Amino acid sequence: MNRAIRHVGVVAGLLVFALLLNVTASYLLRNNSLNNNPANQRVLQAQFAQPRGTILAGNTPIAQSVPASGDFPYLRTYANGPMYAPVTGFYSYMYGRNKLEQAYNAALTGSADPRVIQQLINSLTGQPGGVASLQTTINPAAQQAAWKALQGKQGAVVALDYTTGAILAYVSTPSYDPAQLSSGDLAATQTAWTTLNADPAAPMADRAGREIYPPGSTFKLVTAAAALEAGWTPDTMVDSPAQLTLPGTNTQLTNDSNCGGDQISLQQALQVSCNTAFANIGLTIGQDALAAQAAKFGFGKPFGGDVNSAVSSFPTGLDQSQTALSAIGQYDVTASPLQMAVVAASIANDGKAMQPYFVSQVVGADLNVISTHSPVSNGRAVSATTAAELQQMMQSVVANGTGKRAQVPGLTIGGKTGTAQSDKVRAPYAWFAGYAVEPHVAVCVFVANAGTNEDQTGGATAAPIFRQVVQALK
Amino acid sequence: MTSVAAAAPPKVPTRRWVELGLLVPALAVGISGYVLTNLNRTGALPPRWWLVPALCALLVLAAHVVVRVRTPYADPVILPVVVTLCGLGLAMLNRLDMAIGGTDVARTQLVWMVIGVAAFAAVIIWLRDYRVLQRYPYLLFIVGMILLLMPLMPVIGTNINGSRIWIRIAGYSFQPAEVAKIVLTLAFASYLADRSDVLASAGKKLGALTLPRLRDIVPVFVMWAAGVVVLVFQNDLGTALLFFGLFVVMMYVATDRISWVVGGLFAFAGAAAVIYRFAGHVQVRVDSWLHPFSDMSQNYQIIEGQFGMAWGGLFGRGWGLGSPSRVPLANTDFISAALGEEIGLVGLVGIIVLYALIVSRGLKTALLVRDSFGKLLTAGFSFVFVLQVTAIIGGVTRLLPLTGLTTPFLSRGGSSLVANWAIAAILIVVSHQARRPVVEFEPFVDLDVEQTAVIDLSSLEDGPVGPRVSASEDDTTQHLKVGDK
Repeated sequence: MNRAIRHVGVVAGLLVFALLLNVTASYLLRNNSLNNNPANQRVLQAQFAQPRGTILAGNTPIAQSVPASGDFPYLRTYANGPMYAPVTGFYSYMYGRNKLEQAYNAALTGSADPRVIQQLINSLTGQPGGVASLQTTINPAAQQAAWKALQGKQGAVVALDYTTGAILAYVSTPSYDPAQLSSGDLAATQTAWTTLNADPAAPMADRAGREIYPPGSTFKLVTAAAALEAGWTPDTMVDSPAQLTLPGTNTQLTNDSNCGGDQISLQQALQVSCNTAFANIGLTIGQDALAAQAAKFGFGKPFGGDVNSAVSSFPTGLDQSQTALSAIGQYDVTASPLQMAVVAASIANDGKAMQPYFVSQVVGADLNVISTHSPVSNGRAVSATTAAELQQMMQSVVANGTGKRAQVPGLTIGGKTGTAQSDKVRAPYAWFAGYAVEPHVAVCVFVANAGTNEDQTGGATAAPIFRQVVQALK
Repeated sequence: MTSVAAAAPPKVPTRRWVELGLLVPALAVGISGYVLTNLNRTGALPPRWWLVPALCALLVLAAHVVVRVRTPYADPVILPVVVTLCGLGLAMLNRLDMAIGGTDVARTQLVWMVIGVAAFAAVIIWLRDYRVLQRYPYLLFIVGMILLLMPLMPVIGTNINGSRIWIRIAGYSFQPAEVAKIVLTLAFASYLADRSDVLASAGKKLGALTLPRLRDIVPVFVMWAAGVVVLVFQNDLGTALLFFGLFVVMMYVATDRISWVVGGLFAFAGAAAVIYRFAGHVQVRVDSWLHPFSDMSQNYQIIEGQFGMAWGGLFGRGWGLGSPSRVPLANTDFISAALGEEIGLVGLVGIIVLYALIVSRGLKTALLVRDSFGKLLTAGFSFVFVLQVTAIIGGVTRLLPLTGLTTPFLSRGGSSLVANWAIAAILIVVSHQARRPVVEFEPFVDLDVEQTAVIDLSSLEDGPVGPRVSASEDDTTQHLKVGDK
């Protein structure tokens, strides 16, 4: 019998071993995902019982935790909430979090101190790590100027430091106050959430980076870049008829204004935003060259980094007429204002595309810098020569062409207007994508609805907003 | 004097002081859990907070005294481990009462604890020679079956959570299967102890297998099948699994034939496949085990248990500082998740190791004890214990699909607590008989020294000693046999 009893002992030992192995493996492999699961109310409750790191724009806190006397010991407050909402995002007990509140949640709650020794001490003492603060790249003056200029309109502004990719302004209107969703009053939070989501003006939509629209004539920058990369020069002549029959159809493509002759130079075509000329360019260089150039500017994939933006797209498998329309930013071409700002920034930065980013530094509770962002290159969009030629052409758009109202006295400004009529019912989208050499900034302005009866065009509606933002940065 | 008495036996230490020494930290574990919960949750101790710890200490001291007086050679580890587990359970039930509010589970459990210790003492006092039970395999079987069938009877039987395994008398509900488990283990052991040799050797050869004779195997098979069928019918598949494992292991230990284990595993696989196919709730259990997050509301309990243990991390949130009451049934099935949340992975590992200690002590006793009945009994109880712990803790921690078994000594429920105290008492009694030196029985030998010795030694020459003979004459025959070797 004893032999059998020893065997029973071995089986019992194996069962116990399996239990121990399982709980240990569960701790090592499953704990992180369990604690980050949004359904995990324990973690959420603990986070709401703790102060959370501050988010700064310049020296101004735009999101911070203050002691409160409600259900939660701390309350998240947002200074100028609607203005900064697309940057900070919200932090809600019931609805989770988004934007920087989500992207840097670990740092803000203090659970992601990368300093190994500190983390070990924290886990041994059972203390949460110190909460970290975020220093954003937002320039409050530019943000304020863009916000003010967009009041009463539906639109967005993105401003980038084109040498680094730092986002200086990031505004979307109409907006909402994130404080409505972080309140300790859960019933009020629920009402606010329902109201905001039901609002036809979509105040929680991030038009600057999370929505994509037909870019219209601003896309001609991409087409022009493709042509220059294909061996064209600004002086290469192109047919610019008053009307162009799209190949294979009876549809007539027309120009908004007189292009200045039946044959004009590439530079002239960009300056007056000549549709038939750019359609011809597109037909000449072909959809593959256009698609390749768009991809180099960042179409078709996320930018990476801490900006969780929607992906802009250039369609594939086009016929001739679709290629012609795509070359002028119509048909199925879509871009976010952030994407068009990156196009302008890459041209201004001598062809090098920089990854856009929001957070320059993560600072620990002890004021030690935990991490600093180093500018990241997303590759070369165009050659330095092409970039220089495009800069020249964009400057002539502002000096002599459709973008005159973007001029800022004393600054070298280049840009491109866009007026995208993709739907007969509503007003066309007004775009302006440009840069200023001196404060080395690239700005994209997008207006979906100016809220007035006057004609909505890139030159008349968007270019003045560009000017105000650049002036704030001067 | 006889030859037996002349051979001076080695002095065997009783180890009672070791037990007493271990009981101090054992008590401290539960009491500190109780004190810390109060301090952490309210910042102060309740008035007369020392009353319950003092009562527990008295209870434990009483248990120790009973062991010291009646079974001085008992294993010194079993009682302290049981006390530690009970303390952890009581502290956690009290902590959950505080969180839920308006419930008094801990107080009820404390009453059951008194009854459990009384049962423990009763077994040690009146069943010190457990071998008397070996005489009544069929009687034990009938008592066990009556206990199993009680929930199916009208008036007293009640249906809770889809399983008809409870009886309700005078407002107290009781799970007779817990006691039936003990009685049927005794029945198996006594039947098999008498017939282990014939089961192993007599019968037809079929290739490498030796089939036991039908008249030997049929009774035990009927006993086992009746138990399992009743449990399946009552929808108590967890306990049915325990019975199945118990039967297989006791057959293996009795016959030393691995074919019982192989056959048992095949039968289990077949039964599991059939049950999986026809019992909808089993499919749900398996699904919640494999993909808990695919249905958050259906698997709420197992998910919340997982969240709780993850939140506890390595060292736990601390007594009273987690949210274990978020888990439905935290004080029964999911008490190990509640403990994992508040005392962490370290605490959970400690609890598993405590269970392993009981099992290892039980199996060690099975190896040491000299009679077949004792061997079968302790091996059976130890294996059922480890199987039950694996099933319930493994179910909570997602090693296995969840089975609704109690967590021994920890979870809420009087029947399980009393039954487990009784099992602990049986282990202690057998371990006492296993370690006790032979010389202690000189007085019995003295009654009729010469004759007894001569007769017994000659009868030992051929064939096994019938336990029935030894049971009637206390231990004399057995010990002479050992002393002779």
